[in-house]
Amino acid sequence: MNIVIIKYNAGNIQSVSFALDRLGYKDHLITSDHEAIRNADKVIFPGVGEASTTMAFLKQEGLDKLIPSLKQPVLGICLGMQLMCSHSEEGNTPCLGIFDEPVKKFIPDTSNPEKVKIPHMGWNNLTKLKTPLFDASLENEFVYFVHSYYVAVGPDTAAQSNYIHPFSAALQKDNFFATQFHPEKSSDAGARILKNFLEL
Amino acid sequence: MLAKRIIPCLDIRNGQTVKGVKFLDIKEVGDPVELGALYAEQGADELVFLDITASHEKRKTFVDLVKRIAQHINIPFTVGGGISELSDADALLNAGADKISINSSAVKNPQLISDMARHFGSQFVVAAIDAKQLQGDEWTVTVNGGRIPTDKRLFSWAKEAEERGAGEILFTSMDHDGVKQGFANEALAKLSDERGIPIIASGGAGAKEHFKDVFTIGKADAGLAASIFHFNEIPVPELKDYLIKEGITIR
Repeated sequence: MNIVIIKYNAGNIQSVSFALDRLGYKDHLITSDHEAIRNADKVIFPGVGEASTTMAFLKQEGLDKLIPSLKQPVLGICLGMQLMCSHSEEGNTPCLGIFDEPVKKFIPDTSNPEKVKIPHMGWNNLTKLKTPLFDASLENEFVYFVHSYYVAVGPDTAAQSNYIHPFSAALQKDNFFATQFHPEKSSDAGARILKNFLEL
Repeated sequence: MLAKRIIPCLDIRNGQTVKGVKFLDIKEVGDPVELGALYAEQGADELVFLDITASHEKRKTFVDLVKRIAQHINIPFTVGGGISELSDADALLNAGADKISINSSAVKNPQLISDMARHFGSQFVVAAIDAKQLQGDEWTVTVNGGRIPTDKRLFSWAKEAEERGAGEILFTSMDHDGVKQGFANEALAKLSDERGIPIIASGGAGAKEHFKDVFTIGKADAGLAASIFHFNEIPVPELKDYLIKEGITIR
């Protein structure tokens, strides 16, 4: 199988590559080459970083047009997921618009005696799972999140988690899948989710 | 519900895991990659690898070791020790580190926190603070593995670190470290109340109850320890079972 990880100016790409190695998919490519991306069986769009600078880079490389036009299964991770949405409050950035959802900043709930901190960092559990990415055994499993911005629960929500309020832990629409958490850093549960994607 | 995190810390010297009592009297306890993978399998939520000799011997951090760690371990990990330039952090990020911790170098050059946060994002920057209690609420920040006291004070320095963009604070009480009588819960609770970023508690773990206390009384987001895990005095699964029974949210 031909797997491509989209290379752009975002961090954490190496970690996704190592996770694929551990699952036995050592032959994947890390590239921004349009033809390689278009011809892949599966495309992974990872990322840790800031929305406006990464979107500017995607535009410069023409990836802002290419990614929404892909027909094979695509998996966005963390910032990758947020960039697949319509707009991000981070740097007031218009994004790729694959998911018709805005990305908003978490606002701490000061009325909560257990003071809520930003970023949402650490392990939180998944609920209300949909899509083939999540088999039933993953309901309530903990996965690893690091983010200050979130997507509200909406029609494309494929999994929920709760921090300050419920939010989209994963999205899905047609061939586009996305996780707010990091499956590559989420121990065995994360490995199962990546495997489910690669076996779609 | 966001879970409280259990973080084994692996102090590294010459590529080997070590743990010193009050950072002195070092004993070797094994290969960092092997030990890290074991902890990940046991349910550790995160790992910290600190090159404890790096800052005073001016040694560059261990990029190759970090790459091996990233290849073998499927949970997040932080690396620290002797990181004083953006290029150090960049090399560690590219090797697969999820976060870096900066300690003495940030005390000497606070701008480093701002620069790191701007280049790599706050989530990548852990401000590690080693401090000793003077009296009451007054704690002096120390550098170079606790060897040198500074003019900085714990609570004001933690505030500055957050304002400069640190994503987390890793506070080690040098008075509690290695003593195994519990964490500095009072100072931790004050830090946690005052700050809007997660607090990792370090120094003093000697019993399972100490973790319960640090999460309840100390209001910490994560508890870090070394020797109790390395010498298998409290295995990670046993600790987590205990905390779940005590009603604490644990993965």
